[in-house]
This record gives sequence, C-alpha cells and structure tokens, in this order.
Amino acid sequence: MNKILSKPEALKDNPLSYCPGCGHGIIHRLIAEAIDELGIRERTIAVAPVGCAVFAYDYFNFDTTEAPHGRPPAVATGIKRTNPDKIVFTYQGDGDLAAIGTAETIHCANRGENITVIFVNNANYGMTGGQMAPTTLIGQVTETTPFGRDPLREGYPVKVSELLANLDGTKYIERVTVFDAPHVIQAKKAIKKAFQNQVEGKGYSFIEVISHCPVDWGKTPLESVKWVEEVFLKTFPLGVIKDTTK
Amino acid sequence: MVKKLIKGNIALCEGALAAGLDAYFGYPITPQNEVPAYMSNKMVSLGKVFVQAESELAAANMVLGACATGKRSMTSSSSPGISLKQEAISYMAGMEIPGVIVNVQRGGPGLGNIAGSQADYFQAVKGGGHGDYRLIVFAPNCAQEMYEITYEAFDIAEKYRNPVMILCDGIIGQMMEPVEFNKEQKSSFSKKDWCLDGCKGREPRSVKSLLMKDGALEQHNLDLQKKYETIKNNEAKAELYHIEDAEIIIVSFGISSRISKNAIKQAREKGIKAGLIRPITLWPFPSEIIKKYAKPGIKFLSVELSLGQMIEDVKLAVNGVSSVDFLGRAGGGIVSDKEVLNKITELKK
Repeated sequence: MNKILSKPEALKDNPLSYCPGCGHGIIHRLIAEAIDELGIRERTIAVAPVGCAVFAYDYFNFDTTEAPHGRPPAVATGIKRTNPDKIVFTYQGDGDLAAIGTAETIHCANRGENITVIFVNNANYGMTGGQMAPTTLIGQVTETTPFGRDPLREGYPVKVSELLANLDGTKYIERVTVFDAPHVIQAKKAIKKAFQNQVEGKGYSFIEVISHCPVDWGKTPLESVKWVEEVFLKTFPLGVIKDTTK
Repeated sequence: MVKKLIKGNIALCEGALAAGLDAYFGYPITPQNEVPAYMSNKMVSLGKVFVQAESELAAANMVLGACATGKRSMTSSSSPGISLKQEAISYMAGMEIPGVIVNVQRGGPGLGNIAGSQADYFQAVKGGGHGDYRLIVFAPNCAQEMYEITYEAFDIAEKYRNPVMILCDGIIGQMMEPVEFNKEQKSSFSKKDWCLDGCKGREPRSVKSLLMKDGALEQHNLDLQKKYETIKNNEAKAELYHIEDAEIIIVSFGISSRISKNAIKQAREKGIKAGLIRPITLWPFPSEIIKKYAKPGIKFLSVELSLGQMIEDVKLAVNGVSSVDFLGRAGGGIVSDKEVLNKITELKK
C-alpha cells in the first residue's frame, strides 16, 4: 500500500491550541502545503499577530517572529526590505489587520511590498472571547454587541479586500473560505498563488479567508458552517477581487 | 584629519553609515528632520534600505523586523514620536532585539514646542514602555559625539542583544560644529546564532516575547535582569572636568553640560572650586563615579533642561552623603551660563 498524503514538513508535530471546529487549523495546513510544494520552507520567515494565531510559531516549522498588535505589516516590511531573498508572510485576524493595524495594512499594501498576507476573517475577536470586530456582520450578536451590530451605533462591516483593491500597490487579492472540501481546494490554490507571486517578485498578494469560529459564535460546528454559507458570504462574497499578475 | 562643519543630526547619520547601517526607517518631526532627509539620499545611493513609514509606530516596528534578521537598523524621532515608538521598544527589549532609536528631544508634554529639551529623561531611563526592562541610553553633548556614539551604539546593542537609545536634544541636533570622521567603515554582517535568516540546515528559530508556560516569563525576566547587571558593571561612562579639587560638583548631560562647563570656567576664574561629572550613559547611570566624589561638605548641583528628573538618580548615588541642589528650565527654556554661575556662587556662600 502506498502512502499518498503526509503531514506537511512545514508543520510541527505540536497539538493545536485552537477551539474545536475552528478554521485556523485548516488554514495553517494549507499554508504549510503551499510552502512545501514551492520548496521555500528554509527561506520563509512568518510574522505572527496578536490574536488566536499568536501561537503560530508553535505550529509552523520555519523561522517565525511576532509583532505588536496590528503591526505585522510593518515588521514584515522591515524583514523583507533587508532580506529580499526571503519569503515573508503575515498571518493576521480581523481585529489585528482591520482595526488596530489599519494604517499599517493600508500603507504596506500601498507601498506594494513583495510579501504575502493571510487575513483570517471570522467576524469577531476570537482570542479575547468574541467581541465585535471591524468585520462583524450587521445584526450579529457578540460580547460587545449584545443587541446585534447596529450600523447607527457601530458602523458597517469593513470590506478590507475591496478597500485594498483600490490601491495601485496591490497585485493579487482573493477572498476564499474553508467550510467544505471544494472551498478548501480553492483556498489552497489561492494561497499557493499568493506565495508563488512573491517567489516571482510580482508584489503584494492578499488572501482573505472567511473562517468559522463556533465557540465564540455560540454555534455548533455544523451550525457555523451553515451560517458561513447562508449569512457570512452574503456580506463577504467569494472570488478574485483583483489580479494584475497575469 | 580634515574636519567638516555639519549639524549634529548629520553627524549622527554619518556615524550610523560608518557603522554599516543596513536600513533606516523614519517619519518627519522637528527637530530631527535632517536625519530622514539625509538618509533618504545616502541610503538609496548606497543601495541600502530607506523607508518613510506611515507613522512612528510603523517605523519602530520596521526596525524590530529588520533587526530580528540580524541587520543593522535604526529610527529617529523627537519626543511626541518617541512616545509612539515605546510599543516597539518594549517588544524589542522583551524579544532581545538590538536596534538603535534616536530621540532629538523637544519641549513637552503633549505637542509642546520645537525647542531643545531634556524632559524625556524619565521616559528613556526609567522605561517608557510596559514591563521590567532597560534601555542602554547615551547622551552625546556635541556633533563629534553624535558621530562617535552612534558609531559604537550598534556594536553595543548587538553585544547585549538590547535596544539602545541615543538621547540628545534639538540644540545638539541642529547646531553646526566641526566633526572629524575618524572611524573605519564597518560592514554590518556577522553571523549571529539567534537571528531569523531562514532555517536552512538548522531547527527553526522564533524571536518572540510571549511566554505563557508556567514560570517561563518570570525566568525570562530574571535572565534579563542578569544581563542588565552585566551592562551596569561594564558600560557606565562619564566625563570628569575639574573634579579632583572640586567643592561644588555639577552633574549635567547633553547641551546643559556644555553650558555648565562655561559657568565652571568662570567660577574658577573667581576662585570657586567647581567641577563637572557629565554622564555619557544615562542608563547605566554612572552612580559609582558620583558616589566616589560624594563627601560631607561637597555640594552637588544637577543642571537639566527639565524641572528635575536626573536629580533623582544623582540623589540615589550621593545617598545623603552630600547635599544635592537643582537648577533647570522647562518647556524649551535654556539655562544660561550666568544662571549656573549665580547658582554656584550662591552655593559657595
């Protein structure tokens, strides 16, 4: 019998600390597979955020560092500019990337840094117990929107991918999700392309992954999957938002 | 060797370039604007990295990233901008990332004004960011020292894997003085066993400050303290001026030490035995040197461009053996040599 699938070399053996049913584990694996397939593990440097993925360095089997909350794009800029031969990516959640790190996100994208950004959008602050994020949906109940997000009080969900697509510095932006197998396959393709772009020096690539967060959403994993499909994706539709790399 | 007439801020840039600076990250703020302007030309011409960041926050975090890979990197700013850099400074201290941060101080608090000041002493020396950490803090008092201290700062930062701050002021930064470029060009790269350079042929490394395992963070803090003790024992520096027979000893750094020297000359002409201890490092503070000269009957005078910050460390060093007086101005006000002389004369009575 032949073994046809193994754990990627770019992932360590450590057990994940994520909640049951969480999407981060899938996304970590897709990144690790893409890095292995491109043969870039030994020259990759990752920047972990403040948020659920802060422990990414316990799981990724390559060089990693951390950044203060929201600053991964600045830290990645410092790494990539001084080490253009390395493959540099940030892994950030919606609070990190779209609230406290908005300025860093926009200006890093606008400078067209030749890096890859993996943006995990699960519509709430997972690490701190499920508060409203910039991407929380209208009407969504969170720890800090107990009456549901009201646009008159809390504003509207920020569509970062569409926002960044307006900047000339961004080259490839796609929104994907990981709630079922076909979507996981598409997400893998997008993530791999985002790294491939960097290898080829094509510039800034940004992948927004719509992810599920059953524990903080107060849903079972199956209910979460259904909610992503029927509600979440209505506000954040999937697809290639920008691609000037062809 | 030929001397060149340049501003302190430019001397600082030349010192960093001679030290083999790989990357400069900055943001405009007066009175340090000469630094990013000069670096934007020099670094790009040399094929090195210059980025005008979107904020002081971002600039400091770019330094964090570059230095985590073992490159030589610096940022500069002035007081309000340095407040924003404290986030990255605390992380760099915790992650043990070497890097150089320059504060060309201006008047505060808040937006303050753009005149020279020394009111960021507490912020630099006592820890402006969160946590139990120390910065190595240098206080140059002339353009030549802006060049020489910046040149050495990178080696010291890397030796101890600790961020270094150069704490000068708007006057030292802006004043033109002759500078001798007496240092050999260094190249930045030396193979380091901790930095992030890709895990080829080795286990992956992680440079971080988050330590959640039971007791791990306490142990990390204890290790840092051990390092700080070594720095205290090795790196405290001061200049002594007319000190051996001095009955009145001024303690003063940066621009106010230059003013104090003038006053001491005038006092000596009047037969008053005054002298100066000028801390060149503010942390570690040259407490042992001050302690050596603290004797009953000797009068100390702390002269600062603030309303009394370093005086706390002078008092701790003197430890009640001698009296400690204060003279200072705030909000960009400059102490004159005449005011210092009057104070010396008053203390002599």
